[in-house]
Amino acid sequence: MLKRFLSLAIVFVLGFALVGSVAAQGGGKLEIFSWWAGDEGPALEALIKLYNQKHTGVEVINATVTGGAGVAARAVLKTRMLGGNPPDSFQVHAGQELTGTWVVANRMEPLTELFRSEGWLDKFPKDLIDLITYNGEIWTVPVNIHRSNVMWYVPAKLQEWGVEVPKTWDEFLAVCPKLKDRGVTPLAMGENWTAVHLFENVLLAQLGVEGYRNLFAGKLSWEDGSVKAAWALFDKILNCTNPDAASLSWQQANDLVIEGKAAFYVMGDWAAGYMTTTKGLKPGEGYGYAPSPGTAGVFNMLSDSFGLPKGAPNRENALNWLRLVGSVEGQDTFNPLKGSIPARIDADVKNPNLYNSYLQSAAADFASNALVGSLMHGAAAPEAFLNDFQTVVSVFIATRDVDLAASASQALAEATAVR
Amino acid sequence: MRLNIDRITALAVLAPSVILLAIFVYGFIGQTFYIATTNWQGLGAVEISSVGLQNFERLFAGSGLPFFRFREALVNTVVFTVLFIAACLSLGLFLAILLDQRIRAETLFRTIFLFPMALSFVVTGTVWRWLFSPRSGLNTLPTLFGGAPLPPDQWAWFTDRRQLVTFTWADASRIVVILIILGLFAFAAIAALRRRPVQALIAGMIGLSLVGWFFLGGAFETLGNVVRPAHGVNLAMFSIVIAATWQMSGYTMAMYLAALRGIPEELREAARVDGCNELQVYRYVVLPLLQPITLSAMIILGHISLKIFDLIYVMAGGDNLRVDVPGIHMYLTAFRGNNFALGAAIAVIMLLLVAFVIVPYLINAFRTEVKR
Repeated sequence: MLKRFLSLAIVFVLGFALVGSVAAQGGGKLEIFSWWAGDEGPALEALIKLYNQKHTGVEVINATVTGGAGVAARAVLKTRMLGGNPPDSFQVHAGQELTGTWVVANRMEPLTELFRSEGWLDKFPKDLIDLITYNGEIWTVPVNIHRSNVMWYVPAKLQEWGVEVPKTWDEFLAVCPKLKDRGVTPLAMGENWTAVHLFENVLLAQLGVEGYRNLFAGKLSWEDGSVKAAWALFDKILNCTNPDAASLSWQQANDLVIEGKAAFYVMGDWAAGYMTTTKGLKPGEGYGYAPSPGTAGVFNMLSDSFGLPKGAPNRENALNWLRLVGSVEGQDTFNPLKGSIPARIDADVKNPNLYNSYLQSAAADFASNALVGSLMHGAAAPEAFLNDFQTVVSVFIATRDVDLAASASQALAEATAVR
Repeated sequence: MRLNIDRITALAVLAPSVILLAIFVYGFIGQTFYIATTNWQGLGAVEISSVGLQNFERLFAGSGLPFFRFREALVNTVVFTVLFIAACLSLGLFLAILLDQRIRAETLFRTIFLFPMALSFVVTGTVWRWLFSPRSGLNTLPTLFGGAPLPPDQWAWFTDRRQLVTFTWADASRIVVILIILGLFAFAAIAALRRRPVQALIAGMIGLSLVGWFFLGGAFETLGNVVRPAHGVNLAMFSIVIAATWQMSGYTMAMYLAALRGIPEELREAARVDGCNELQVYRYVVLPLLQPITLSAMIILGHISLKIFDLIYVMAGGDNLRVDVPGIHMYLTAFRGNNFALGAAIAVIMLLLVAFVIVPYLINAFRTEVKR
C-alpha cells in the first residue's frame, strides 16, 4: 500500500510533467513509448504511418522521452509502470533488460500465442528466440538487430599510415606504438558507456563464444583467470585510446576516425548509419568495417523490441501494433531508415534499394555466425548488474586494478543474478 | 486564542498549502526514510521487508565498488562545496568592492556579472563542456597567438583522472571522528569557561564516550576498514568548480554590493578620521559589517553545492567517477539500477547533509524574528 502510494507520487512528479498524453483510456488510441527521436525518429514515424494505413481511425500517440541513450526514458517508464499507468507498448532491448526488469516482475504478457498464430516461431533465428524466452514463454517482438562487435576505420588513411586491419588484439597492440609515433590515436573511445562497449568485445575476444555465454549464464566465475586476462588486456588497450575519452559522445569519438585523428573505433553498427546518413560516406569506400579483433565468426547482437505490458489500456490496438512490428513489411519499413537489419530471417535484405552494402554484409553474418548477446545494450545481463558494472569499469579506468575489478564483478554477478 | 473570523479565514487560506506540503514534502520525506530501511529492489509486486540500517552501513563501510563509488561521491561533494563556496565568496566580494568604487557604467557591469545566474545549470554545463573539451575548447586558445594548443593529456579538465591528495576511507573516517572529539572537548572547555556546567558536562561526556568507543572499543581499527582504492582531491573537480563559480559568483556579488551600499558613509568617514588607511577601513569596518551576508550566501551556496546534479550530469556525464556526486549516484542507482532502497538511503544522507547546513540557519533566523 505504502509502495503504491509512493509510486503514484513519482508518477505525479515525473509522468505528468513529461508525458502529457497519460491516461489515454478507451477507444481508438495506441500509445507507443520509446527513446527514438532525432536521427532515429523517422524510422519509428514510418512504422506508425504504416500502422495508420492499416488501422485507420486509431490515434497513435508517439510518447518519446529523449536523453542519456535511453536512460531517461527507462526512468520515466519505470515510474509509469509502478504507478499502474503503462503505455500500450514500449521499446525495450531484447534479453535481460526485458527479462530481468519486467518479466520477473510479472508486468508483461506472454506473447507465445501471438508468435504461434502469426507463424513466427521459425521466422526468427533460434538464438534470438532463446534470448526472448523465459520460463518457456516468449515475451517480446524483436524489430531489428544491431551488431556490437564492429571495428570501424577509414581505408585510405590506413593505406597512408601503412597499417593493416588487426585481426587480433595482439596485432592491434603491435601497431599501437607505430600509430602513436605518427601522432595518431590508435583507438578512439568516448564517454564511459563506450568503454563498457569496448570491454564487452575485448571480453568476447578473450573468452570466445562458449566462455562468454558461460560467464553470463553464471557457469564461469568473473574471478577466473581468463576473465582477469581480459581485464589485463583491456588495460593495455586503454593505453592506446585518447586521453580525453570522457569528454566525447560516441559520435564525436567516431569523428576522430573520420577526420584521421584516430585509426580504429569499436562501436555498434549504428555508427554505419551515422557515417552513411549524417556524414555522407559510402560504406566500404568512405569507411571500412571488420569484426572487432578476435571476434571473427561471432555476431555480438542487440535487438530493439516491443512488448505488451499487463494492463495496457488499448490491448487490441497494441496486439495489432506487435503484428505489424513483427511482419516482413514492418521490418523492411523500419530497418532501412534506422540503419539496422531485420530480425526476421525471411525479410528482403538482399534488396539494394533498401539495404546498403554494410547492412547486407551484416545480414549475411547474422545468418551464418554464432550469436551472443551484448552486455552494454541490455541483452546479456540485467539492468541491476549493468548499472553497477558501469561503476566497475569507471573505477578500472581510473585505477587499472585487475583483481579489484574481477572480485567486484563477481560480487555483482552474485548479487544481481536472474535465474 | 479565540476563534474569530480573522483566524478562521487565515486557517482556511493556509490549509491547502499546509496539507499539500504535509503530504508531498514531509510525507514523502518520511516515505523515503522508510524505503531506505528496506530491501526494495526491482519493479515486481514482491513484498519488501525491513533490513534496518543495513543500507547505510553498506554505503559507509561496504566493500563493493558501488559503495566505494558513494564514498568517492561524498568526498567529491565536500571538496566541491569548500572550493565552490570559497571561490564564490571571494570573487563575489572582489567584484562588489570594485563596483562599489562608483565607476562609470556600473549598471552595465552589474548586469554582465549577474547574467549567468539567469541561465540554468544545464545550459552552463553544456557551454563549459565545450569550453573544457580537451581537444577543442580552451586548450586551443594559444593557437590564436600562434602558439601550440595545450596537450590534452596534461590539460584534461573534467576528464582528468589525477588526484592531488590521496587518502583511504579509513583515514578519512578516523580524521572525522578525531575532529568531532576535539570539537566536543573544545565546546566543553568554552562552556566551562562561560560557567555553563550542564552544557560542559554533556559535551564532555559525549566526547569521553566517543574516545572510549573509538580507541578502547577497537573502532579505530575497524572503522571504515575498506582499503582500496584511495580517495582524494580530484583535479577534475576544479573544472566543475570553475563552471559553478562562473554562474553563481554574480549572485554573491549582488548580495555584497547591496550590503556595501547599506553601510553608511559616516562610518567610513569616522574610521578615516581616526587614521585608518583604505585597507584598514575595509579590514576593521566594512568586512565585519558584511558578516551576516557572508553567512546567508554560504547557506544558499552550500545547499546548492550539496545537492548538485544537473551541472555535472550535463558537463561530465553520469559515470565519470572523478566528478561523481551523491545526486547522480542516487539517480542511477534508483532509476537505472532499480535499487530503490539503496537510492533512498543515498537521498536520506543528502537530506541530512543539507539539514546540517540549513537547520541551524533556520533556527537562528527564527530566533531573530521572535526577538523583533
